[in-house]
This record gives sequence, structure tokens and C-alpha cells, in this order.
Amino acid sequence: MRYRFRRPPRGAPTAAAAVLALLGAGCAAEPEPDVFTVMNSSTDEPYHSWDQEAMDRCGEEVGVTVRQISVPADQLVPKALRMASSHSLPDVLVLDGSDMPQFAEAGGLVPLAEVGVPTENLSEGARSFGGYDGTYYGAARSVNSLGLMYNKDILAEEGVEPPQTWAELSETAAELTEGERYGLAISALSTADGVYQFLPWLWSNGGDERRLAAPEAVEALEFVTSLIEDGSASRSAVNWTQADVNDQFIAGNAAMMVNGPWQKPVLEEHPEIDWGVVEVPVPEAGDTPVAPIGGTTFTVPVNEEHPEREDTAGAIVACMTSPEAQLDWSLKGSNVPVDPQAAEEYREQVPELAPFADQVQTARSRTEHVGTDWNVYSQAIGTALQAALTGEATPEQALTRAQSQVEEELRSRR
Amino acid sequence: MTTTTPTPSPAVRERSPGTAADPGAAARRRRAVSQWLFIAPAIAYMLVFFSYPLVRNVVMSFQQYTPATYFTGEAPFTGLDNWRAVLTDELFAASLWHTLVFTAGSLAGQFVIGMALALFFSRRFPLSGVMRSLLLLPWLIPMVVAGTVWRRVLDQETGVLNEALQGLNLTSGAIPWLSSPDFALLSVILVNIWIGIPFNMVILYGGLQEIPREIREAAVLDGAGFFRRFFGVTLPMLKPVVTVVLVLGFMSTVKILDLILALTNGGPANATETLGTHTYQLSFLQLDFGQGAVVGNVLILVSMVFAVIYLRANREGMAR
Repeated sequence: MRYRFRRPPRGAPTAAAAVLALLGAGCAAEPEPDVFTVMNSSTDEPYHSWDQEAMDRCGEEVGVTVRQISVPADQLVPKALRMASSHSLPDVLVLDGSDMPQFAEAGGLVPLAEVGVPTENLSEGARSFGGYDGTYYGAARSVNSLGLMYNKDILAEEGVEPPQTWAELSETAAELTEGERYGLAISALSTADGVYQFLPWLWSNGGDERRLAAPEAVEALEFVTSLIEDGSASRSAVNWTQADVNDQFIAGNAAMMVNGPWQKPVLEEHPEIDWGVVEVPVPEAGDTPVAPIGGTTFTVPVNEEHPEREDTAGAIVACMTSPEAQLDWSLKGSNVPVDPQAAEEYREQVPELAPFADQVQTARSRTEHVGTDWNVYSQAIGTALQAALTGEATPEQALTRAQSQVEEELRSRR
Repeated sequence: MTTTTPTPSPAVRERSPGTAADPGAAARRRRAVSQWLFIAPAIAYMLVFFSYPLVRNVVMSFQQYTPATYFTGEAPFTGLDNWRAVLTDELFAASLWHTLVFTAGSLAGQFVIGMALALFFSRRFPLSGVMRSLLLLPWLIPMVVAGTVWRRVLDQETGVLNEALQGLNLTSGAIPWLSSPDFALLSVILVNIWIGIPFNMVILYGGLQEIPREIREAAVLDGAGFFRRFFGVTLPMLKPVVTVVLVLGFMSTVKILDLILALTNGGPANATETLGTHTYQLSFLQLDFGQGAVVGNVLILVSMVFAVIYLRANREGMAR
């Protein structure tokens, strides 16, 4: 099923690969007693090496060897499901926060309280992010959210302050738009990146993914559409990933951008850019900004053949997500620790990213209300976003359509 | 698979009176066994890598197949629910239409340009070999890489193409190649034509080499002009090759996924959603494997029709 829709394989390589895959699956059935595997999506350097360092440290603490398996983010869930059907899941599975409920609902994850991962001192946010249906399955190491990042030099040159409300944002973005340069860069892809970036507008305005046709939601989409129609943001946003948005910002094609703290390592490669962060602007002064929480959680898959391994896996998770490990990871990768004390420490050590730490306090998880149905909502929101931004439909039409699309899809599943 | 029916030679038939103890019958049985042994690997290969996934996919389209299925192995049958849900979805109709336009457009462009290049290179001139191998480049680049590079080239504001067009005063404003639903499908087709030209060129060039020079020379002597020669002599003689190129091209184009994902992700506003991207989204983004399988089956069905046409054409070609 998985390979069929690729470009036609020309001849033997696929057959050979398939045979190898079969052999590989056969060999993986019996795990080595002292070797534990952690599957994550940290394929990019330097994250991969940092992860390996942390795993080596935890392996030493627990007394086993920890092996890291990294696969590209979009292939992690299909691969994990395939492994589940052959009972060869890794000992620890690092899942994106919005994918975790799928695995929890399928009964594939061990409640962390049962395998010795401390759950007493969790913050409300960490509990909601790593929990499903009242049970805590996923320990987060760090979380992230979105902020409005701006080029200090350009703003100083034009004599404007970073905007805090929607009205100020419209005005500032228009003022900063000049020649080849747009005032603001955003991602409006129909997939995860774009949907993630639409949520702060939707949620801060009191909107909710469960009521997409409501006036609050329509207003939010109208606002984003107006930024494009004013010419303050590029129409190409519908094709930009969040990494592309960062590239545009670095290239000087945008004075401000909506993006996350994970871009910091890339931005640091360009010391000539002096940038700052504020929270994503809110509809009216005094409103609470509500952005999505992003990030991954460490989970322990159910291991029917070797239940004794679950405890060791739990110990590895506890070590990987301890407050010290959280702080270490967050300082390196520029995300925000979930442990309140570690977060406090982080705020002192990297004051320039403090707005993200603040934003995380009020941020919410995408799956909090809709659980495993999030993917259906996400798809509908992505389509509506693009329909409105390209002028294919009015924001109201687009969201009304999205609402009925969601209802129909969910009905067909029940 | 026509080679699999063993025909006993007349000599054997004459010598065997039909009793079980007869040594001739034993020999015949041994021969039958050894014949089957020879084709057994092929049959096993077909069963494992073609029949099994195919049957699984058909069965899956009648099941409620979710992530939980991978853990519990339980996938309740839901009758035609998946099919009904998919076929009544507007997006399916749109995807079908986009697939049609994408495939027809890609094939037409690839074939016409590939044929023109093949004709061009079938004349002898210096450096023809070098240029021919350079033209193969698009074919060698992985789809995802090509898609990513083209996405940059076609960017509305910072893309090289728009800068070049505007620099040459060919267009007044930037063309929203990938950011407008009106242009996106066209852009995706153009990129796919670029990728497919080498394949068409190489096969058609090979076919042209097969045509005896004397026939064309005779046509020239008879006073036939270029077009007369092409449509009256070359094309008819090239027919088997043309069929192969078009049918193989169709089957690889109709299910293209990675190129579209890399270029537009099926967007903007589903303007480039095809059956390939639709099944990908249903299966791997919405994790509804049952509905994904429905679209996959439709794709397989379409491909199968053309596979049969291909086999037919091939048999005719061989009979000649």
C-alpha cells in the first residue's frame, strides 16, 4: 500500500528493497536484552547528535545501551504503525503531540505512571499536552509555540514599534512593505505548517476549531486574508513552509514573520540579522494570546512479548525528560522546557526568547478538544485557509464549507 | 504467461499406453514437475508482490481500517461505506478531473516535444551524442529534488522565472505560477513535461533508428516533403513504439505523487489535488486507510485498463 503511489520503480531496485525490508523485519523480532531503541524524527543535525548525547547519558544512568532510530517526520507515523502490526515497535517512541492520541486510543501506549515516570509535579500544560482521555501517556521534554519575530534594524529604520494588536499589525506591516520587501511573512500551507500558523489568529479571537463557521473564526480568517490583499504579505505564503518563511526573513524579503523558536539555530548562522520576538498580536489590546503548543512527547509502546522491557523504557523516558535534561535540550534547541522550574531558569538564561516562554503558558494543545479527530479538522482548516487567501472563496464561504466537510467526514467514520 | 502450458511432444504421446507403471508417464510427470519448478519463483514473486497487496487493498476498502487496526488486528467490515463516502465527496470528483487534465496535458507535451527532439537528433551532426546525454538530466534527478528546485524557480516574487520574464518584458506583472488556483495545475503539468521529455525522446529515438533508411530515402526520391514523410512513413512505422511510450507514460503519470507534493502539496485550495495526492492524504494524513484504499483501487483500475491495452498492442507488435 505504502509504495504503490511512488513514481514507478524502474526495475529491480524496489524488489530488492522489498526483500531486504522483509528480511530486516524478520531479524528485528528478537531484541537484544541490553539494547534499547528510541525512534524519533530528529534526522537533522545538530539535533540528531544532541539527541544521541542525551541518550548516551541516559543509557549510562539506566545501565543499558540506547540506540537512536531517526526517520523523517512525515514517515514516522506510517512506519510506527507498520512496526505495530509486526509487534516490532521500538522501546520508546517519540511522537508529535498531535499524533499521540491516535496511538493512545489504539491501546498501543503504556500509561507513564505505570512505568515509573514521575507525574506528580507536572504543570497543567504538560499534563494536557501529554495526556489523552485523562491518562498521561506522553512526557514532553520541551514545547514550542509561535511568536512574531521582527528585524530590529528595519523596524528602527522605519521608526515603528513591534505591533501588539491586529490593527497595529496591519498598519505596521503596510508601513514596512517596500519594493521587494513584504511587511510580514507567514506560512499558509494547507498542511500542518499553515494550519499551525492560523491557530493563533483563530484562538486569540475566541474562535474554536469545533465551530469553524462561527463569526469569531470568520473574522480571524478575514484578518489574515486582508494582510494578503493589502499586499503586506506575499501571496506565495500558500506555498511556503515555516522554513521557507524563515528563509524569506533572512533574505530580507520580509521585515516580520510568524515563526517558532526552533528557527533560532538557523537564524544564528546569520549574525548580521538583529532580530527580536514578541507574542503574536491579539485582536484588541488586553486580549490573551492563545497559540498552539507544538512539540513531541516520549511514549512507551505496549510490549506484549517483553513486558519487562517497558519499565526500563520508562526509566529512559524519565531520564530524557528530567528537568535538567529539559533545560539542556531547550537551551540547545531553543524550545521551552515544560517543567515550570526549568522554564524559569530558561527565561533567565535566554531572555531574548522569553516571549515564547510566556506564550507557552497560555498556549493550548491542538488535540485538547477533538482528540484523534484533529487530522480531519486540520485538513478542513488548511483547505479553507487556502481557498480564502487565493480568493477562491470568501472567508465565510470557505469556513462554512470546512465545517460541513468536517461533519460529513466524521459522520462517515462513526 | 503464455509459456506456462506444457505441450507434450507427439513422440512421447505415441509411446505411452496410459498405465501408471509406465516409465514414459513417470518421465512425463518428472518433466511436468521440473517445468513447474522453473516457473515457481516467478509465480511466488507475483503472488507475494502483486496479488497479495492488490487483494489486501481491495479488501481494505471495505473495512474500517484505522490506526487501532495495526495494534489489534481488528478491522470491521463496513460494506460500501468507504466507497460511498469517497465517491460522494466533491474532492474526489475534483481529483479525478485534475488527474485527467494532468495526465493528458503531461502526455501531450512530453510526447510532442520528445518526438521533435528525437527527430532532430536522428539527423547526424557534431556533438549530437553529448547533447542527447545532457537532455537526459531531468530524468536522472529524483522527483522530490526536481519539485523542490522548481518550487523556488516558480515562486511568485523571488522565483527566477518571473524575474526573467519581467526582465525580458514578456509579462507586465509577476505570474502566480504556484500560488493561484488558476495557474497551479498548469505549472505542475509544465514541470512534469520537463521531467518526462527525456523518456519520450530516448524511446522514440530508438524507434526511429529501427526504421530502414532506404524507405525514407525512397520517399524523398518520390518527392515527399517533411510532413508528408513524417505522417505517411515515419509515424505509421513507429506505431508500436508510440503505443508503448504513451501507455507506459500514462501509467507512470496517472499516479504521480511526490512531484505534486513537493511543488504544491495538492494546493492551493486543492487546485492540484489528484487521485495520487488524495489517497496519500486520506491514508497518511487523515489515517483513514479504508477510504485511502478506495481511491487507490480506483487508480489501480484505471492503470489496469491501460495495462491491458499495452499488452494487446505489444502482442500485435510481436505477431508482426
